Amino acid sequence: MSQFPTGCALRVRNLRKVYKDVIAVNGVDLDVLTGECFGLLGPNGAGKTTTVEICEGLTPPDAGEVELLGMRWDSNAKYLRQRLGIQLQDTQLSDKLTVLETVRLFRSFFRQGPDVAEVIALVQLEDKRDARVGRLSGGQKQRLALACALVGDPEFIFLDEPTTGLDPQARRQLWDLIDEFKHGGRTIFLTTHYMEEAERLCDRVAIMDYGKVIAYGTPRELIASTGIEHVVEFSAERLLEEMELAVLRTIEGVRDVRPANGFIRLQVTQLHRTVPALLEELRRRRIPLTELRTHSAALEDVFVTLTGRRLRDE
Amino acid sequence: MAAISGVGFGDRIRRFSLKTRCTHSALVQLTLVRFREFWREPEAIFWVFVFPILLAAGLGIAFRNHPAEPIRIVTISPELAQSLRNEKQLRVKLLPKMAAERELREGKAALLAAPGPDGGVVYFYDDNNPDGHLARLLTDTAIQRAAGRVDPVPARDQLMRESGARYIDFLIPGLLGMNLMGSAIWGLGYAIVDARRKKLMKRLIATPMPRHYYLLSFLLSRLLLLVVEVGALLGFAVLLFEVPVRGSLLELGILCVLGSLCFSAIGLLIACRAQTMEAASGLMNVVMMPMWIVSGVFFSARRFPDTLQPAIQALPLTAIIDALRAHMLEGVGFTQLAPQIGVLSFWLVVCFALALKLFRWR
Repeated sequence: MSQFPTGCALRVRNLRKVYKDVIAVNGVDLDVLTGECFGLLGPNGAGKTTTVEICEGLTPPDAGEVELLGMRWDSNAKYLRQRLGIQLQDTQLSDKLTVLETVRLFRSFFRQGPDVAEVIALVQLEDKRDARVGRLSGGQKQRLALACALVGDPEFIFLDEPTTGLDPQARRQLWDLIDEFKHGGRTIFLTTHYMEEAERLCDRVAIMDYGKVIAYGTPRELIASTGIEHVVEFSAERLLEEMELAVLRTIEGVRDVRPANGFIRLQVTQLHRTVPALLEELRRRRIPLTELRTHSAALEDVFVTLTGRRLRDE
Repeated sequence: MAAISGVGFGDRIRRFSLKTRCTHSALVQLTLVRFREFWREPEAIFWVFVFPILLAAGLGIAFRNHPAEPIRIVTISPELAQSLRNEKQLRVKLLPKMAAERELREGKAALLAAPGPDGGVVYFYDDNNPDGHLARLLTDTAIQRAAGRVDPVPARDQLMRESGARYIDFLIPGLLGMNLMGSAIWGLGYAIVDARRKKLMKRLIATPMPRHYYLLSFLLSRLLLLVVEVGALLGFAVLLFEVPVRGSLLELGILCVLGSLCFSAIGLLIACRAQTMEAASGLMNVVMMPMWIVSGVFFSARRFPDTLQPAIQALPLTAIIDALRAHMLEGVGFTQLAPQIGVLSFWLVVCFALALKLFRWR
């Protein structure tokens, strides 16, 4: 590791990429520190995948610089390829090969790395060793893709939306796996549009929207920067008028009120005082509730605060 | 090293020894993958191995050469019937007058031989019917000889029933050429477009895999499968239909390899940019369909008008089929096959160069 005295495994400066009339990446700067798990968050179409694929040397940027493990793609591609583990978004591995054959194929491209059997064990696919890829579940396929990213014992791992499309159980299993090799001193760069995933796995995150980084820091810092502690959301039997929303803003501890996806969403500092006051106010105004929920501020709320939109259009 | 070798891998990370380097070689693994993907696709096995053999068997049986059927004639005289019995090319039936005339009218018999008023014989037949003419000649000769005619010029028959002149002999080199074309173009085209569509190709180039290994693995697997493909069809034709292979086997092998490489290059060119299966199969059909028709698979390419011949002769399928036919049926050597070999080499070089230049990895 001492060969990167700055402690910076990936440095991206002023990255730009334009596709026809869409600016996919618009002046992105990133620093990923050696040994950390860095998350690039954002809604679909924010430019995450384009950014990652430029960093992976698969897409040439229109402008900007990428320095990975102290090297550049134009002069050290061969070395970099040996040192990287890459998982692409929605790659379909060949259905007709078995797990073992697939891992062995990918292993054969790397000069050094662990035994094929070891990698298969690491992603917990031993009992599927001889199963055809076409017969694996979504979660098993993602773990196989992970195995293919690990066969070269990489210093730096790119994971592009590793859990998209998985059920919650498979997602948690994959998180546990990523957690495990996070502690092995590798640097991990992952993209996701699941905020829980980023909070659970990442040391630091950057939030992207419309090709730009709009927030950057540890999840804790970002959440703290919004000044929100709790979020209260409710829905009522009828639409609330603007005047009524203004009244809600005057309740003690409420910092912001805005309608979002059929809900009224309140940013709140003191839950124990605000909720009773809110319920009292709604009862007095004869607004029957249909749903009420509350949660501690999370990365999701950072995105909503910054953009006024939800991350996932559910 | 210890710092970067993560959880689970411990100190067991190592460089390959020389022996494992061979079995783990990326090129070997890639080629094995090609084989596995092929063998695990039952439809591919059918179209490449079984279908050409079924086709050859079907056509071979339908167009087999058999001895000419005897011509059916009728007569109303027992004496005439007796004198015609020895002529093997005639089947004579003795009938009452009414029945005999009906058979002639209905075309069941080609000729009716009846005794003439002057002790001679009268032939009733339709002179627009070729069988009628032939029946007249055969019947008259038989009757005259039975009556004691001696031919002034002695004649004898020498039968020529050689293999190499039958339809099946013509057909097998055609099917062989068609098979070389189909399996190379389909095999390469589908696999490459499929890998691109599934983003598997992009995933592969994200590894340190040398890119030329990927393309090379297709050619290697193609050449190895070629041995089985050609062997199956040729073995079948030689053993069951006694189709001759008069040229040297080495030259036949080189011709097949050249043909297969040439069509592989065309397949690569077709697949070099196509993003969808539909686009690729459309292109494949556009390329292959005209050649199936004009290149002389089932009937000679020379049947097309002379003005079209230069274009037809320049097609790779015409070249390989012509070369295979000349080689197998007439034992023609490489020096005389230079034009065909030239055509195949031209297509090989041009298509391969273009494909490499245009190839898109994602």
